[in-house]
This record gives sequence, structure tokens and C-alpha cells, in this order.
Amino acid sequence: MNYREGEPIKDTKAPEGPIEDRWEKRKFSARLVNPANKRKINVIVVGTGLAGGSAAATLGELGYKVKSFCYQDSPRRAHSIAAQGGINAAKNYRGDGDSIYRLFYDTVKGGDFRARESNVYRLAQVSVNIIDQAVAQGVPFAREYGGLLDTRSFGGAQVSRTFYARGQTGQQLLLGAYSALERQIAAGTVEMHTRHEMLELIVSDGRARGVVVRDMVTGEVETHLADAVVLATGGYGNVFFLSTNAKGCNTTAIWRAHQKGAMFANPCYTQIHPTCIPVSGEYQSKLTLMSESLRNDGRVWVPLHKGDQRPAGEIPEDERDYYLERIYPAFGNLVPRDIASRAAKNVCDEGRGVGPGGLGVYLDFADAIARLGREAVEKKYGNLFEMYERITGEDPYTQPMRIYPAVHYTMGGLWVDYDLQSSIPGLFVIGEANFSDHGANRLGASALMQGLADGYFVLPTTIGDYLADAHRFDAIDDQQVAEAEIAVKNRIEKLLSVNGTRTADSFHRELGKLMWDYCGMERTEEGLRKALERIPELRAEFWRDVKVSGVNEELNQALERAGRVADFFDLAELMCLDALHRTESCGGHFRAESQDADGEALRDDEHFAYVAAWESTPDGPVLHKEDLQYEYVKMTQRSYK
Amino acid sequence: MAVSGAVLVFFLVAHMAGNLKIFAGAESFNGYAAWLREVGYPLLPHRGLLTLLEAGLVVAIAAHMYSAIVLARRAAHARPVKYAAKVRSRADGYATRTMRWGGVIIFFFVIYHLLDMTFGVANPEGHAATPFDRMVAGFEPARWYITVFYVISVVMVGLHLRHGLWSALQTLGLARRHPVLKAGATGLSALLTIGFLVVPLAITFGVVR
Amino acid sequence: MNLTLKVWRQSGPDDDGRLVRYEIEDVSPDMSFLEMLDVLNERLILAGDDPVAFDHDCREGICGMCSMMIDGVAHGPQKNTTTCQLHMRHYKDGDTIVIEPWRARPFPVVKDLVVDRSAFDRIIQAGGFISVPAGSAPDAHATPVPKLDADAAFDAATCIGCGACVAACPNGSASLFTAAKITHLGLLPQGQPERGSRARAMVEQMDEEGFGGCTNTGECTAVCPKGIPLDTIARMNADYLRASRKSG
Ligand SMILES: Cc1cc2nc3c(=O)[nH]c(=O)nc-3n(C[C@H](O)[C@H](O)[C@H](O)COP(=O)(O)OP(=O)(O)OC[C@H]3O[C@@H](n4cnc5c(N)ncnc54)[C@H](O)[C@@H]3O)c2cc1C
Ligand code: HEM
Ligand code: HEM
Ligand code: SF4
Ligand code: F3S
Ligand code: FES
Repeated sequence: MNYREGEPIKDTKAPEGPIEDRWEKRKFSARLVNPANKRKINVIVVGTGLAGGSAAATLGELGYKVKSFCYQDSPRRAHSIAAQGGINAAKNYRGDGDSIYRLFYDTVKGGDFRARESNVYRLAQVSVNIIDQAVAQGVPFAREYGGLLDTRSFGGAQVSRTFYARGQTGQQLLLGAYSALERQIAAGTVEMHTRHEMLELIVSDGRARGVVVRDMVTGEVETHLADAVVLATGGYGNVFFLSTNAKGCNTTAIWRAHQKGAMFANPCYTQIHPTCIPVSGEYQSKLTLMSESLRNDGRVWVPLHKGDQRPAGEIPEDERDYYLERIYPAFGNLVPRDIASRAAKNVCDEGRGVGPGGLGVYLDFADAIARLGREAVEKKYGNLFEMYERITGEDPYTQPMRIYPAVHYTMGGLWVDYDLQSSIPGLFVIGEANFSDHGANRLGASALMQGLADGYFVLPTTIGDYLADAHRFDAIDDQQVAEAEIAVKNRIEKLLSVNGTRTADSFHRELGKLMWDYCGMERTEEGLRKALERIPELRAEFWRDVKVSGVNEELNQALERAGRVADFFDLAELMCLDALHRTESCGGHFRAESQDADGEALRDDEHFAYVAAWESTPDGPVLHKEDLQYEYVKMTQRSYK
Repeated sequence: MAVSGAVLVFFLVAHMAGNLKIFAGAESFNGYAAWLREVGYPLLPHRGLLTLLEAGLVVAIAAHMYSAIVLARRAAHARPVKYAAKVRSRADGYATRTMRWGGVIIFFFVIYHLLDMTFGVANPEGHAATPFDRMVAGFEPARWYITVFYVISVVMVGLHLRHGLWSALQTLGLARRHPVLKAGATGLSALLTIGFLVVPLAITFGVVR
Repeated sequence: MNLTLKVWRQSGPDDDGRLVRYEIEDVSPDMSFLEMLDVLNERLILAGDDPVAFDHDCREGICGMCSMMIDGVAHGPQKNTTTCQLHMRHYKDGDTIVIEPWRARPFPVVKDLVVDRSAFDRIIQAGGFISVPAGSAPDAHATPVPKLDADAAFDAATCIGCGACVAACPNGSASLFTAAKITHLGLLPQGQPERGSRARAMVEQMDEEGFGGCTNTGECTAVCPKGIPLDTIARMNADYLRASRKSG
């Protein structure tokens, strides 16, 4: 696939001046909409996760007329519900030296210098308000005996700034946003459409003016019009088929918007989480994350010798390779996610992996149990051990856990400016669906923070500035609406009429394997070229040979899946292209060609300190670069040795 | 439900206490029966309070049955389509099985019991005898089957109460704050069961004659 | 292992529905229950048949979407486990498994095993929230919450809204779900101002939706994948009675 380079872009919305004042300045300069007018302004919010749920609720509170959509049967089930670990905030309740500036610094550095300073600083500032908001809503964060909020340190941070609600932080935060949303639904400001999947964006007169959705129960294709559209549809990790994402997570909404003109930024940045339960067989449908906290006490190892089939317990100490402790003596088992993941892949590639298919490494608690006693280990990790046993049928108290890395989060997404507005006016993108704040790698417990910052605080302010002009917008072009609707119907028709011999899932599995092998933890020019050759073939096969049973006018899960898989092909291609063009290693993107003598990632700031924003045109993708400047944090290479 | 149930429980407590007077001898027991009829006189007419009590009982039983039926109908309405597989209880199903069927059995027992003890129709001594005689005759060793029937019924009542008492506390929102109440509920139903049982057993086995 | 499945098939709300028998071979003990159904569905699609529709999303026991009555037990035989976390190692070769949708009038069947649980959302709409518009919150440390209260609130707050409690309750009551939310918010200082009105509104909405009354049979808590305790219901009743007494 060839691409062309287009005009560089610049985010013009971020105010100049000292970084601490920029958000304050922007808030003040944003125009307001008078309350009487708000009632006449319609906003569509697609997605009810932390980002979409909080945004729809807040816009409703402000008095806009909101329509909210999700594909599940209730807004409470959005994928955000699954987040376990916690949410960062620069509250400095511990007095351990945390500050907004330090959170900002850690995030920019953790993102391997590929995020915007202004955005990240704002995120750190707003993080403080999120905790206040959540607590007031009744989110039952962990507390200490004094009644004050407890925090823990997370993801290699040196301060304790992660607020948590046992292992269910995402659930509790989402239920908070959900309850705020339900309150607005009851108040009549938000109209909820569950089991509705967005399949097309309506653009009229250059502005995003609505969406085409399919009622997943009746199959009816509906159009909904508005003055602005907000996409909060989450990440696209499911392009790999196997990931820690919920089964329904998809790229359809943002991909359709991309094809309608919204730029897609840094598609190749994906985060692989090192501690997931390995694949057990061909039928595997998803992967389950085990909290990273396990690495605090578990020791990672594999047999020293290739092909050692003995059970873990029979392998003597001197025939074990505690490879993380060996290679990274300073950080040991606690190296960052990308490093731990790649090291696991390397030992498995050497043929030293354990478990079915040799794709797994041991995470051993024998030492911890000997040192702390079984009871203490049980207290700390009991529920995780239980979960592991439920899934694998193995008892981690008596035999080591098996873990393997899995796709977990996508840092890339639709390009947005400081106002979270995409390159299509009136199309705003929030949460994991945009690319904004994490650069090339996201720190643990920062996704929840970003989703809620966007939804509760940033978007509701910035969208007002756009909507202040709403009364001047042109009338919506019926032609555009009709065309969008027809495009959706044709596509459905086409999927149903192929009547081939393979299921959508079987294609998805094949695509996922391809992506995992060539665009996964380690990427090479050769592999990416291979993938770029194979994906179009596979896509052609799909459109020739997919089998979708049933009709449109019913609840048809085969049809839903097929539609999502179709979009994943296109996205996969762009991801590989992005990965191919970025011949440096940074964060979640590791190019084998760009490493130092010790095998560590080598960034190339001279050539690649930019956001790669891709535009879709009839003649193929066009790359627009947005240069990244660092005024506050000095660019350095990461080192964990 | 809880309120009518509670009234019935109070009655049972009093009733059991009364029954136990049988151990104090015929005089005392007959006296008690008579006193029941005369209490409050002349303030209240002959049998005044008793009638009042009886009326209260009838109302409570009616209310209790009415709410049981309403609940059952609501339940049937809430689940118009039954499961095809046999629903397997996970909470040991005890309450579900005992409350509805147990309640109905108790109802039939009470009718027989009234015919037996109050109206004497089903009693060998007939209506004219003193309560004490009726009682002793009712449970004489030869009529062991009647005793067995009473025993079973009273155990039924005990089971009904074991869940019912706790359930009432739960329904009134009390069980939570006073865990002691919960244990007390079980204790009270056990006490009632035993208290009721000793009388017929004592007669059948000849302790009281 | 080889299994026989009897799955409830119903093309839509107006169809009567029936159990349909499927034989399924080579089931691996490491498969999850839903993966076993995926395999069945792949086969059905290729045969041009309608795959079995069932709700699911996270497949890790937290979204509350999966919902199956398995051999007469909501979420199947393993305690504190959602259907998606149930694995086939709990079955043996030759077993027959009956799979049905949740049954309750307020949960009408949409198709096959999929039911409409929007009644739960409406119960939350009635009052399952604390009214605090974004940006109006005081500092999080302004109101300390005793740890024990916070923990108890958390226990109740873990409800995933799956509806197994309704499915298992002999009365088709939604008391456990409703009580879980009332308890969660009612235990926190932030939830006090609306405590009475919340309990009343939510209980009334629950009745209005057509759920049955609770007779404290405890089936709900026994199948609840999150083990929401029964005394949440007592708490709901207490709050409800107090609120009703106050406002007559
Ligand atoms: C297992 C796991 C654990 C995690 N743990 C943490 C953690 O501890 N801390 C942390 O900070 N982050 C964590 N993350 C990341 C974090 O959970 C997500 O990044 C975040 O929740 C995304 O929120 P969102 O609102 O952007 O999207 P989502 O929550 O994914 O919501 C997407 C919404 O969009 C809707 N939708 C999608 N497509 C369509 C469509 N086509 N039409 C209509 N609606 C659509 C869905 O219905 C849904 O409502 C974790 C992620 C995973 C997978
Ligand atoms: C006439 C026959 C009876 C029937 C059909 C009957 C039926 C029932 C049923 C179905 C319940 C369950 C409802 C619930 O738990 O809320 C119940 C509860 C109860 N019953 Fe009965 N019962 C009968 C007689 C009695 C008697 C004689 C007593 C006591 C002396 C009694 C005391 C109770 C109590 C205390 C409850 C619990 C109320 C509550 O949970 O709120 N019942 N009964
Ligand atoms: C096994 C033990 C019991 C014995 C020996 C017993 C005995 C008696 C006697 C002797 C009477 C007549 C009292 C009188 O007319 O003065 C009576 C009345 C009555 N008993 Fe019992 N009883 C027993 C258990 C029960 C139980 C378990 C119930 C209810 C569930 C019950 C309900 C009644 C009622 C409703 C009356 C009528 C009361 C009245 O007319 O005032 N009894 N009983
Ligand atoms: S109370 Fe339990 S069973 Fe009921 S909806 Fe909540 S989690 Fe499911
Ligand atoms: S099973 Fe039903 S009866 Fe009450 S205790 Fe649970 S709601
Ligand atoms: S699929 Fe989410 S709880 Fe089962």
C-alpha cells in the first residue's frame, strides 16, 4: 500500500503561554451558549463508557438535548466496566511529593515523548476534579481506617497516586457515570438508545451532523441528526481477535468517521499487557488480564533448556531462568509493561515457553508463599488466584501460574485538537477512541483518568465554543443523509448476499493471527510488508466467501460480527502501514531494526517526534505530520537496567 | 403478611402458655378456660374479650391468607412462562417449599382442630365436656393417630414459623440491625413447637390423665 | 467430550419458542461455556441455520451481559460465577444440558436466550443515583467515610445488574438488585439526603415494572455471581418503610 505525504498540521486550539494557565485560558476564551438556546441544540453521543457516559450526562445537565447510543442492552455494560487496577490523580493526599507537574512529567515520559505537552498537563490538572466528582456520586473507593481515601502506587510510578476500588475500579467509576446518565434520562434531557450500533457518520456542508444506526433488535436502519456528534466508542484492540477487550469492542464507528474525512492518528501504537492468562486452545474467544500487581511478589521464569517438558515442580532451581531478574537486575520483575512483554515473547520464541503451544511463562509464588506465608499471599491476591483457577483449573498456590502477554489498549485513534475536535468540524472524539494524551505508551491507571477528564470536564466546555455558532449552521442536506443511509443498507445487503463457506469469526481469527505475528509486540519491515500483502487478499476472500446467516430484520449476531470484521481489515492495513513508516521504536511500537546493542528500544527523535495523522482519500492514505515540541520535559531515552 | 403473621404469633404464644396449664391440673386448666370467657366482665359482656380475640384472629387469618394469595398471584404474574428444566434450588428451597404448602396444611389443621377442641364435633367427649376432658379424651393413647396428626401439624407450624418469623423481621427491615433477633426467631419457633408438643404427648403417654 | 444440548429457540417475542436438541462433539474441558456455544454457532452458521442468540460482552464476569438458565440454575452450577466464567470442566462426557433464557414478565424474551432487561435501567432512573452535577463536588476528603461503611457499601455496589436474582427467585422479584443499589448509596454519607425518597421511588418502580414480591426465600443471593447479601433487602425494607411513614 502506498501513501503520500500531505500538509503538516498544527493544533491551533491550545493557547500559548505558561503551561499551567493554558486550560484556564481556553476555558475563558470558549464562548458560552445561552441556556435558552441549549435546549434547542442537539448533540449525539455514541458510546456509554467512562468517556461517553460522563459526557452525555454532563451535556444533559448543562441543558443540551442529547441522544446517547450503545450496542449493549444497557449503558452500564460498556467495556470500561472491566478496568481493574485504578485511576490516577495528582491529589497528593499522601504528601509523598506528588503534584500536577509530576503526573504530567510521568505521563509524557511514560508515553515515550510522543504526546502533546498541553494536553497532558490539562489531564493532570483535571485529574484532581475527577476524584471529587466520583466520590460525591458515591463511588466507594478504598478507604483507610481514618475514613480517608487510600491510594497505591501503580505501573512503576514512584508516588502513590492511584485511587482504587478493590479490583473493580472501572466498574465503580462507570456505575457512577451510568447513574448520572440515568438521572438525566429520567429528567428527559438524554434520550437513550441501547442495542443500537452506529454504522455511518452523516456529514453535511463539511460538518458532522448525524449518524446512521442499526436497531440491533429489529434491524431497522435509522438516521439521527444533530448539531454535533461525539464519538466515545473505545479502542480497537480487537483487531487482533484475541485481546483483553470485551467481545463487542470494535472500530466501526471511528473507522466510518475516518472514511468520511476524520484523520486517524498513530494507529500502530498498541499496548501489550504482560500478565494475561495464556491461550488454551483454538476455540479461545478472548484473553483475561491478571492484575499487574502480581508481579510485585511473583517471580517470572522459564526452563533454562529448550523443550524441557517436565512439570514446573520437577525442574531444579539451577535449571530455571529467571530472565527478568537476570537481564534487568535493577527493576527485575517490575520492568514496564512493554519490556516485560517483549522479554516473554523472546524466551518463547527461543522455544523455552511453557504450557499449550509453548506460549507462556511461569509466574511463580512459591518464594512469596515461603517468605510471607500462604495466608498473607491469599489476603493480597486471593481473588486473583481464584479467578485464575476458575479459568485454568490449576491451583496457583501449588503450581506456578502461566502467563503470556496480550493486546490490551490502543493509544492510537482519531486525531483531535486541544478541544477534542477531529478534523471534521462538529465531530468530537473522546476516551480511548481518540489518540490524544498517552503518546506511544499509556501508563497504568491513566485511561480511566483520561476518559473521565474528557467526558466530565473538557468536552462539555470545548463543545460549547463550537455550538455557540449552531444557529448559523446550514440546514442539513437531505441528499447527504439519504446517501449515508443507502450506503449502510447496501453494505448490509452485500454481507448477507455473499453466502460463502467461512464464518466471519474464522476470518477474524486469521486476521488477528496475522496482526499478532507481524504487527504485534515486535515489528519488522519484512513482516509488515508480508502483512500488507496478505491483508488485501484476505479482505477479498472475505467479501467473496463469508457466510452470514439470517436476515437483516431481526436480532442477527452473525451480521453484527461480519460488519465489524469487515472494518477491521481496513484498519489493520492502516496500522501496518503506520508501523512500517515509523522506522523507530517507541513505547508500544517496537521495530526490530531500531534497537541498541542490548536489544532495548531505540527512539529516533530527530525524524519521528511527530504525530502521524492519516487521511483517507480515494487515491489512498495521506500522511499529515504534527510536530511535537517539548518545552517543559527534556527528551531522554528510557532505561530500566 | 408480616403484620398478620405477627398477630398470629402472639396468639400462638398465648395459646401455648394456656395449653401448658394442663400440667397444673384440671382445675387450673378449666379455670383458665372459664376465665377466658369471663375476663373483663361486667365491663365487657360474657365471652366479650374472647369474642373480640376470636374476631381479631379471624381477621388476622383472613388477612394472612389474603396476602399469601396476593403474593402468589403476583409471583405467577411475574413469571408467566415457567422454566422447562426443573428449577434447582440453590438456597436449599426450604422456604419456598414449606411456606406455601405448609401454610395450606396448617389451614386444614386449624379447621380440624377447631372442630375437635372448640366445637367438639370431632371430639369423643363432644361439646358438652369440660375443656380438660375434651383435651384428655382427644389425645388418649388409643387415639394415638390423632396425636401423630397433631405432632406433624405442630412441626409444620414450627417450620412455618422458623422461616416466617425471620422473614417478618427481614420484611420489616429489622433483621439487619439486630442479628440477635434472627437467632431469637429460630429460638422462639423451636420453643413454641416444643411447648405445643408436650401437651398431647403427655396425655398420650399418660403423664396427664 | 460429547454433549447433548437442549437450547431454547425462539425467533422473536411473538414466537412460542421450544427446546431444540443439538449434539456437540469434542468439547474441551478448558473451554468456557460461551466458547462451547461459539463452536455450536459456527457450525449452525455454516449450515445456513440461525445461530443461537445470546448476550455476552466482557466474558470475564463483570459486565453482567451474559444470562443463561443452565439446567434450572441461573448462571449454572458453579457458585459466584457468571455464565461466561463457567468452564466445561464441570461437565462430563455424555451430559445433557438444558439452556434457557431468564424468565420474568418484566424481562421479555427478545430472541433465543436474549432478554430485555431495560426494567433494571428504569429502576435506577427512579432514584439510583446521587444528584451531583459535574463540577459541583466538594473536595473528596471533605467527608471522611468510616472504612467499615465504605466496605459494606462496596459489597453492595458490586452488583453487575445481570438479573440472575430475578431469574432464580420463585416470585420473580427484583428485590436483591434494587436493594443492592439502595444499600450502596444509603450507607454513604453522600447518599443520605436522598435516602428516603430514593428507596421509595425505586421500590415503587420495581413494583410497577411487574416484578414479584419478596418472600425472603434467598434463592437470589444463592445464585448472585457477586454474592450480594440478603440483608441488603432488609435495609431496603427499612428505608422504604421509614420513608413511607414519614410522608404517609
Ligand atoms: C481488562 C482491562 C483492564 C483495564 N484496566 C485499566 C485500569 O486499571 N486503569 C485504567 O486507567 N485503564 C484500564 N483499562 C483501559 C480502560 O478500561 C479503557 O481504556 C477505557 O475504559 C475506555 O473507555 P471509553 O469510554 O473510551 O470506551 P469504552 O468503555 O470501551 O466504551 C465504548 C462504548 O462505545 C459503544 N460503542 C462502540 N462501538 C459502537 C458502535 N459502533 N455503535 C454504538 N456504540 C458503540 C459501546 O457500546 C460502549 O458503550 C483496562 C482495559 C482492559 C481491557
Ligand atoms: C392459614 C394458613 C396459612 C397460610 C396459607 C400461610 C401462608 C404463608 C405464606 C405463603 C407465607 C410466606 C410469605 C412471606 O414469607 O412473607 C407466610 C408467612 C408467615 N406466616 Fe403464614 N400461613 C398460614 C398460617 C399461619 C399461622 C397460623 C401463623 C402463625 C401463627 C403464620 C405465621 C406466619 C408468619 C409470621 C409469616 C412471615 C410473614 C413475613 O414474612 O412477612 N402463618 N404464611
Ligand atoms: C398441639 C397442641 C394444641 C393443643 C393441645 C390445643 C388445644 C386447644 C384447645 C383445648 C382449644 C380450645 C380452647 C377453648 O375452647 O377454650 C384450642 C383452641 C384453638 N386452637 Fe389450639 N391447640 C393446639 C395447637 C394449636 C395450633 C398449632 C394452632 C394454630 C396454628 C391452634 C389454634 C387454635 C385456635 C385458632 C383455637 C380457637 C381459639 C378460640 O376459639 O378462641 N391450636 N386449642
Ligand atoms: S444482585 Fe446479583 S444476581 Fe442480581 S443483578 Fe446484581 S449481580 Fe446479578
Ligand atoms: S429469591 Fe426472591 S423471594 Fe426475596 S429473598 Fe430473593 S427476592
Ligand atoms: S459476558 Fe460479561 S459478565 Fe458474562
